[in-house]
Formats: sequence, structure tokens, C-alpha cells
Amino acid sequence: MMAWTPDQPLVSIRDVHLAFGQVQVLNGISLDVMKGGVVCIIGPSGAGKSTLLRCVNALVPIDRGSILVEGQEVHDAKLDKLKLRRKVGMVFQQYNLFPHRTALENVMMAPVHVLKRPRGAVEQEARALMRKVRLEDKEGSYPGELSGGQQQRVAIARSLAMQPDVMLFDEVTAALDPETVKEVLVTIRELAEEGMTCMIVTHEMGFAREIADDIYFTDRGVVVEHGPPAEFFASARDPRTRQFLSQIL
Amino acid sequence: MITDATDLPVLKPFRLSCPLRGEAGPAIPLTATHAVVLVFALLLAVSIAQAAAAPAAPPILATLIKWTPLLAQGFALNIAMSFIAMGIGTALGFALGLALISLRRPVRGVAWFLTEFFRNAPWLVLLFYCMLLLPFELRIGDAIIPLPGWMKSTLGLSLAVMANVAELVRGAVNSIPFGQWEAAEALAFTRMQTLRMVILPQCIKRMTPPWMNLYAILTVGTPLASVVGVSEAMTLTGDILAAENRSELLVPMYLYLLLWFFVYCYPIARFTVRLERRFQVR
Repeated sequence: MMAWTPDQPLVSIRDVHLAFGQVQVLNGISLDVMKGGVVCIIGPSGAGKSTLLRCVNALVPIDRGSILVEGQEVHDAKLDKLKLRRKVGMVFQQYNLFPHRTALENVMMAPVHVLKRPRGAVEQEARALMRKVRLEDKEGSYPGELSGGQQQRVAIARSLAMQPDVMLFDEVTAALDPETVKEVLVTIRELAEEGMTCMIVTHEMGFAREIADDIYFTDRGVVVEHGPPAEFFASARDPRTRQFLSQIL
Repeated sequence: MITDATDLPVLKPFRLSCPLRGEAGPAIPLTATHAVVLVFALLLAVSIAQAAAAPAAPPILATLIKWTPLLAQGFALNIAMSFIAMGIGTALGFALGLALISLRRPVRGVAWFLTEFFRNAPWLVLLFYCMLLLPFELRIGDAIIPLPGWMKSTLGLSLAVMANVAELVRGAVNSIPFGQWEAAEALAFTRMQTLRMVILPQCIKRMTPPWMNLYAILTVGTPLASVVGVSEAMTLTGDILAAENRSELLVPMYLYLLLWFFVYCYPIARFTVRLERRFQVR
């Protein structure tokens, strides 16, 4: 296999199929994410958006097709999943912080125990990350004591602590109160502006339009159409896309 | 085979072998009302017995007090047995519980069989088996470890505790939201790391109330050992009655013994309920 170079897509998804029992979730989906690029995936619920993200870091195995992350095939029985997951950060809709550990410990756990890095250095970085998500005063708080938006920002810091090459965001604002959505979106936008490669599943159309380099509209496990935001929102061709946009906007 | 339908007083705690189903079985149903009723019953029994006693015989209450030190000795053995059985049973049960959630099918199968077998076996039958199958001493090299009867029956009780704890562990692990596994996996934790650092620490808290409940049930189950001849409080009560040879002592004496167990288990039961309530809030 040829070595991956930064001019190739960092994540390359080709013709991925996946069925859960009788239900065909992914039906030949293809998309590319360049290094430093931000891709937003939108579409009606049940379109397989979240499942697709889980396939990228091998949380869910695929039936057919190919997913390359930095040139490495994810759909490969011999793949070192743990090595892959160090490169791919993921943030979930339900935050999934570890409730028995403080915010700072949540951020520190993976680098200390998975990467086996020295505690002191990790702690410094973790504090810097907490500042970055503007929660430096909540380091000692337990997740149960934080608001949804704060928990989600800790979750982002926790993923960043692994210094991933690409971040996956799975409807990260869907479970939040409207007033806390913004603080999370601002954090993600800052990341994107710093050049972090992002795959974002979202229902926030305004946010997608503002941040994305490329918008993919998916339905029933396939990409219906995609393009840069200005083009996509102004002149969607497919009737399904137009219908979806008219419902949401 | 032993069934529930028996009029032998020693077999009555047998119903306590009904296994704890689910993650958190109901707390042992003891309330302050029980204490009042029990003390009242004891006093009533004492006075009735007093009325029935021969005029020259020493007073019932004095007789109870006279035998209290011996009864306390026996009761101490009950407590020791409950501690040791709980310790051994919890250690083994944790291992068995982890085997129950193993990814390897054969391991899971064997663990499932052991758990179901010991969880549904009557405690008394386990006691008899341990009594009859274990030698009276163990030789490991030059060291000889004696295995007195009370130790053997304690091991029998630990088997029951083991199976119940295993089921508690399995239930607690399954009650942790799937998102916790997913988040840990996404952070490149191995399965062992996920269990050790994320899942089990959260389980301990969930398991504590039902685990204490199991301890209370075990403690009131220790008199079962009297059936296999261990000199614990129940056996000694029988011995005392035989020595006194006064039929009117029978009811007050056993009620007195009941009170001992109640006084020990009641605070545990209350504390369990408190813990359960506190953990529910978070």
C-alpha cells in the first residue's frame, strides 16, 4: 500500500454497506475528508449518519466497502483498532463522561492509561485544554455537577487530550438546551479554525453553513448530494434535499 | 429432600435461601415496628412462662440473663461465620461475575452454570455437602490446616454468597449505560482497562446496598449451621434448654435469640435503605 500523504483525503469512505439484521443502514456511501477540512453530514434521522461515524473509528464493523484513515484500511480484521482510535477522536450526543471522575480526571485518563504518558505533563496539557474550552474553574467538578453544555465541552477536551488527527462529532448539540448550544458550537468552530479535521453530524443548519467546507446530505444510507455550503443551500438539485431543507430552514 | 413444609424450628430460616433476583433485591423487610413487636412478644412470653413455671423455680428473666454470656459466645461465632463467608463469597463472586460477562462463550457458559447452580441450591444442602465432602484437615506440604465444622459450613455458605455476588456483579455491569463502554472504547481503552477504570468503579456504588442486604440475609442464615452440629447460638440455645429441662423456657429462650439477630441486622437493614435512597438521587 502506498504511504499516505497529506494531499490525499485523511478519511476516505468508499461504497460502504452495512446492515443491522434486515435493515440496510448504509447503502454504498462514499465521502472524502481532506486534512484540515470540515465536513458536515446532514439528513433525516435514520439516514445512517451516526452509524457512519462509528464505522470510521471501528466501533461498528462494516459489511462491505472501504474506509481509509490516513491510508490505513479500517475494514480489516488485522487492524489494530486501538492504534486507529488514538488518531480518531469522537464526541457523543450524550457526552458519556465518566461520572465517577472529576472533569480534569476525565480529560487525563486516556493519555495517562492508554498512551502511558507521565502524569505531570498530561496534567499540564489537560489544564490547558480545560482553559481552551473555557472551563478552567470547573476542573474539580464531577460531571453530575455540570450543565449539559459544560459536560459536552469537557467531552471535547477529553477527546482532544489524545491529540487526534480527526474529530468526529455525533449530533453533539442535539441533547442540549438551546442556550447552551452556542457555547459548544463556538468551541467546535475554534477547533476548525485551528485546522482540526472534523466530521460533524448535525442538525444545526446555520452552523453547518458557516463552518463546513463540504456539506453532505444523506438519506437511506446513501449520499444524495454534496457541495460547498453556499452552493448546497442555494441550489440543491435533488427533490429529497429540497424537501428536507424546506422542513428545517 | 428437604421441602419448605416442615415443622422443625431449625429449618425455618430455610426460606431465606430464596435467591436475590435482579440487581437490587428488596431490602430485608425490617422496620422499627418489628422491634417493638419483638420486645413486646418477649416480655409477654416471659410473663406467660413465669405464670406457668413451678413456684420454686428461679424467675424466667433471671434464667435468660444467666445464660446470656454463653449465648453471646455462640452469637460471636455466627458473626465470625458471616464475616468469613461474606469475604470469601465476595472475592469468588467477583471473579465469577466477571466470567459471566466474558466475551468467550465457554467461560461464560461455565460461569453461568456455576452461578445458577449455587444460587438455586438450598443453603442447607450446600452445608451438608461441605460438611460431608471436605476433610477435617488440609495438608499443604508440612503445614496442616485444620478444618473444623464451623469452617466447613462457612465455606458452604460462601458458595451461596459467591453465586449471589456474581449475579450482583453481572447485573451492575449491565446496568451501566452502553455509552460508557462506547466512550471508553473511542478513547482506545482496552476491554480490561474499560472494566477496571470505568465500569467497575461505577458498579461498586450500585452494588453496595444489595450487597449489604445479602450480608443481612446471610447472617440470619448462619443458624442453619446448627443442623450440621456447629456450636453457634442456635445450637447453644438448644443445649441450654436441654440443661434447664423446663418446657416453659422454650418460647422465651428462642424469642430472646431472635432478638439478638434482630438487634444486629436491623441497623444494617436501615443503613441499606438509606444508602439506596441516597444513590437514587444522583
